[in-house]
Amino acid sequence: MVESLTTGDLRAVGARLPREDAAEKAIGAAQYLDDIQLPGMLHTAFALSPLAHARIVAVDAEAARSHPGVHGVLTGEDLPRLGGGAIKDMPFLARGKVRYMGEPVAAVAAETPAIAEAAALLVDVEYEELPAVLTIEDALAAGAPLVHDDIGAYELSHPVEHSGNVLSRQEIVEGDVDAAWADCDVIVENEFATGAQYHHALEPTGAVASFDPGGKATVWSTTQSVFRVQAEVAQLLDMPMSKIRAVSPRIGGTFGGKGGAHLQPVAVALARRTGRPVKAVLPRSSDFMSMLRRHPAKISIKTGAKADGTLVARQVEVTLEGGAYCNESPAVLGFALLMARGPYRIPNVRVTGRAVYTNKLRAGGFRGFGNPQSTFAGESQIDELAAALDLDPFDIRLKNAIKAGDTWLGGQTVEACGLIDCIAKLRAATEGRSRKPKPVAGKSRGLGIACLAHVCGLLSTAANVRLLEDGSVTLGTGAVDCGQGSDIALAQICAGSLGLDISRVNYVNPDTDASPYNWSTSGSRTTYMAGRAVATASEEVKERIFEHAAEMMECAAEDLEIRPGGRVGIAGIPDREVSFAEVSRRAHWGVGGPIMGQNALMYDGERFDPKRAIVKGFPFANLGTYVFGAQAVEVEVDEATGSIAVVEGWSAHDVGRAINPLGVEGQIQGGFVQGIGYALTEELVWEGGALANPSMMDYKAPSAMDVPPSINPIVVEHPEPSGPFGAKAIGEPGLIGVAPAIANAVADATGTRLREIPMTPERVLRALKSG
Amino acid sequence: MDTLTRANNNSSVVEDRPNIALTVNGATREAPILTDETLLDTLRVRFGLTGAKRGCNQGVCGTCTVMVDGQAVRACLSLSVNCTGLEIVTVEGLAQDGILDPVQRALVESGAIQCGFCTPGLAIAARALLNENPEPTVEEIRVAVSGNICRCSGYVKIVEAIVMATRG
Repeated sequence: MVESLTTGDLRAVGARLPREDAAEKAIGAAQYLDDIQLPGMLHTAFALSPLAHARIVAVDAEAARSHPGVHGVLTGEDLPRLGGGAIKDMPFLARGKVRYMGEPVAAVAAETPAIAEAAALLVDVEYEELPAVLTIEDALAAGAPLVHDDIGAYELSHPVEHSGNVLSRQEIVEGDVDAAWADCDVIVENEFATGAQYHHALEPTGAVASFDPGGKATVWSTTQSVFRVQAEVAQLLDMPMSKIRAVSPRIGGTFGGKGGAHLQPVAVALARRTGRPVKAVLPRSSDFMSMLRRHPAKISIKTGAKADGTLVARQVEVTLEGGAYCNESPAVLGFALLMARGPYRIPNVRVTGRAVYTNKLRAGGFRGFGNPQSTFAGESQIDELAAALDLDPFDIRLKNAIKAGDTWLGGQTVEACGLIDCIAKLRAATEGRSRKPKPVAGKSRGLGIACLAHVCGLLSTAANVRLLEDGSVTLGTGAVDCGQGSDIALAQICAGSLGLDISRVNYVNPDTDASPYNWSTSGSRTTYMAGRAVATASEEVKERIFEHAAEMMECAAEDLEIRPGGRVGIAGIPDREVSFAEVSRRAHWGVGGPIMGQNALMYDGERFDPKRAIVKGFPFANLGTYVFGAQAVEVEVDEATGSIAVVEGWSAHDVGRAINPLGVEGQIQGGFVQGIGYALTEELVWEGGALANPSMMDYKAPSAMDVPPSINPIVVEHPEPSGPFGAKAIGEPGLIGVAPAIANAVADATGTRLREIPMTPERVLRALKSG
Repeated sequence: MDTLTRANNNSSVVEDRPNIALTVNGATREAPILTDETLLDTLRVRFGLTGAKRGCNQGVCGTCTVMVDGQAVRACLSLSVNCTGLEIVTVEGLAQDGILDPVQRALVESGAIQCGFCTPGLAIAARALLNENPEPTVEEIRVAVSGNICRCSGYVKIVEAIVMATRG
C-alpha cells in the first residue's frame, strides 16, 4: 500500500507548512468555546464540595432556584447515570457522597455568570464528614476508609481487577526474574516518586449546549473527541445519539485532559431543563480543582546487568494515585507497566502495578499516559547502573537498545525502530559538551540523557475524501486538532496522495453530523491512524479519477499518472492529460456520480503473545506500533539556591516520516518544555484534602525565561510499513524522557541523585546536603 | 465577567448610567461601563472583540494582553474607566487593511502558533516590545514575552518569530 501511495506528487508530504488556521489565530479571529454567543444564552456556575470525603445528608437548592435571574438548578438527583472510565463510578454532580474537595455538587444556569455564581453559593448542602484517604499509603492501609463503599455494584465497561481502594491491579511477566538475579554482576534497586502535574491548557474547560425545536441538542466543547462527547452525553442523559450533535470550535490545548466528557452532560441537561442555550466555562480555580491531573506515582525498580553492561533482569512495581474516580486510571497503569521495561532487550522482566482511589482530585490521561512516570524511574536507573559498572551512559544504552524485529514486552514485534540512530545522533550533537566543565563558584554543569519509547495506534477511525466539481477536495475524519497540527498533517497526506496543492484540500471541522468517525485525538495516534484512513480514502479517489480519465482519453488506467496541480495524464505523453475538474464535472453531470473515497479501520497489529508473557488484568489487547527517541539536557545546578537551569536541550525522535517537519519540531519543543515543567517546577500540592495551589500564580508552568533558548529537534526517519507515507507519531514523546535526562544531568553535575520529581530547589538542597 | 453581569441584571442601573467613551483600534465606542468593569469584559462582552482571551482572569497567563497607549497591559486587571482618553489596541487592530503585522506574519510562518490561545496576547506583547525597541536581543525578547504563558510551543519558535519580525 505504501508503495502505491508514493507514486503521486509528494511535494505536500514533508513540506514545512504553517498550519491552516495559523492566520486566523494570529489576527484573533479564531473562534474558541468562550467566544460563542447564542441568543438567550444562559451561564453556568457550579457549587463545589468543600470537603474531601463526606456523606451528603441533604441538598436544599430552593434558595438558588428562587434567586432572581436563575432559570435552572441541577443536583446529583437530576443526573442519576454514572460515567467515567472502565469502572462507571462517577456522577457528574455528586450523589450520596462527595469524594474530593472541588467535586461539583450542583449546577446553576442563570442570566449572567455573576448571577449564577451568586446563586451557586446559595445551594445549601448538609454534609456528614468522613475520614479521608489522602495518600497511597492511606488507601492501602489495613482498615482504610473506602472511597467507594460498594465498588462491586458499579458497571464495568471492560474487566478490571479491583478490591477495596485498589481500582486496578495488573501484571506482565516475561522470563524468570527471580532466577535471573543470580546471573547478574551488578544489581541496583531504588524507589522513585513523581508528582501531580496539571494539564494547564491555556483555554479553560468549557461547553455550550443548545436544543433545536426538534429536540436535537448541539454541544460545542473543549474536547479531544466530538464522538466521545456524543456517546457519553447520550449514555448519561438517556438520549439517542441521533439526537446529539457534537462539534468542536478551535481548541486551546488539551494535552490529554479533555478526552472524555466533562461539563457537556451538565450543560446539555441544563439546556434541556431551561429551554435556553447554556454555556459553562470553568473559572481557572475550578479548572484546577475539578478537572484532571497526571497520576502521582511511587515506583520500586530493580535492574541487574552483567559486568559488560548487558541487561539481564528488571523488576518494577508501580503504584499510581488515581484520585476519587476511576476515569482512565486502569489504562494509564497498563501503559505505565508496558513501558516500564524500557526500549531495551531484557530477557527477564516482571512489572506489577496498582492504581488506588484517594479522596483527591481525579487523575487521568496526560501527555505520556503513565509513560513519563515509568521512564523517569527506568532511565534514572540505567544511569545508576552505568555508574555502578563505570560505563558511559550512551554506551550502555546502545549496547542494549532494541532493534527492528525484536519484540516489545508482551511479545509484539517491533516493525521499524530508529532508536540506535536516535542515540547515535544525540551523541554526535552533544559531542564536545564537556560533561564536567570547570566549576564556576557554587555552580556545576552536567549532561544527562534518556531514551524513550511510546506507541501510536489504538482503536478505530475513518476518513472520507470527496472530489468537488472544480477539482479540489473536501476531507473529513472527525479528528480534533487540539493545537498539535493534525489538520494540516492530514491535509498534507491527502494532498500528497492526489498531487494537489494544500490550498485545494478543505479539512472539515469535526462535527458528528458531518465527519465520518474518529475515536479520539489521544495517544499520539492522529497522524498515524487518521492518516492511514486519509491515505487509503485518497487512493480510492485516485482510482476513480483514473477510471474516468482512461475512458476520457481512451487509454488503459495503468498508463495514467497523477500530475501536479490536479491533473491526470498518460505517462510519457506530456500533452495528453485531463484536469481533476474535467473528471469531476463528468462524474457529477454525466457518468458515474460524484467521486468519493472512504476508509474505516481498526488498529490491527499483533496482540500479546501468551507463549511469551503472562499478562494479568491488562486493559488492552493491543495498542499500536512503537516509536522511539533519545533526549539530552545540559544543566547548571546552583548549589547555593538549589535551582536547576536547563542550559540547552536536544531531542532525537524516530517519527517514521515527518509529514510536516515544522509541526514535528513544534511538538518536540513543546513537549520538551512540558517535560522541563514536570521535572522542575510543576506540582499540585495538597494541605490535607485541600488543593493548596489552584491558580496559575501558585502553580508554576514554565515561562519563556525558564526554558533554554535552544531545544534542538533531531528528526530521524525509519519508515513504518503500516504508516501513511511511513509516518508514526510525535505528539507525546517530546515530554517523556526529559525528567530522567535532567535527573541524570544533575547527578553528572553534582554527584547527587534525585529520585523524586519535581526537583524543586528545596529537594535539591536537601539531596545535596545528605550527599 | 462579574461586573458586567451585575450591570445587565439590573437594567435600571444600566439605563441610568452615563456612557463612557473608549478608543479601541482607532475608533471611539461608547458604552454604559461600570466603574469596576475590567477592560477584558468591556472588550469581549460589550464590544464583541474576542481576540483577547480569558485564560486565568488574574493577570498571570497573559492571554488577555492588549496595548494601552503603547504599553502591553493585562486587560483582565485593567479597569475600563481608567482607559478613557487612551489608545487601546487589541489583536484585531494589529493587521492593517488585511495585511498582517510583521509580528503576526512571523508567528504564522515560523510555526510558532499551535493551539493559538496565547497568540493574540503574545502578538501584542511582541508588538509593544518592537515599537519601543526595534532591534531587541534574544534575551530582551525572552523577558518581554515572559508574562505570556504558552503551553504548546516551548517558546523556541515564538522567540525565532519575533527575531524574524525585527527584520520587517
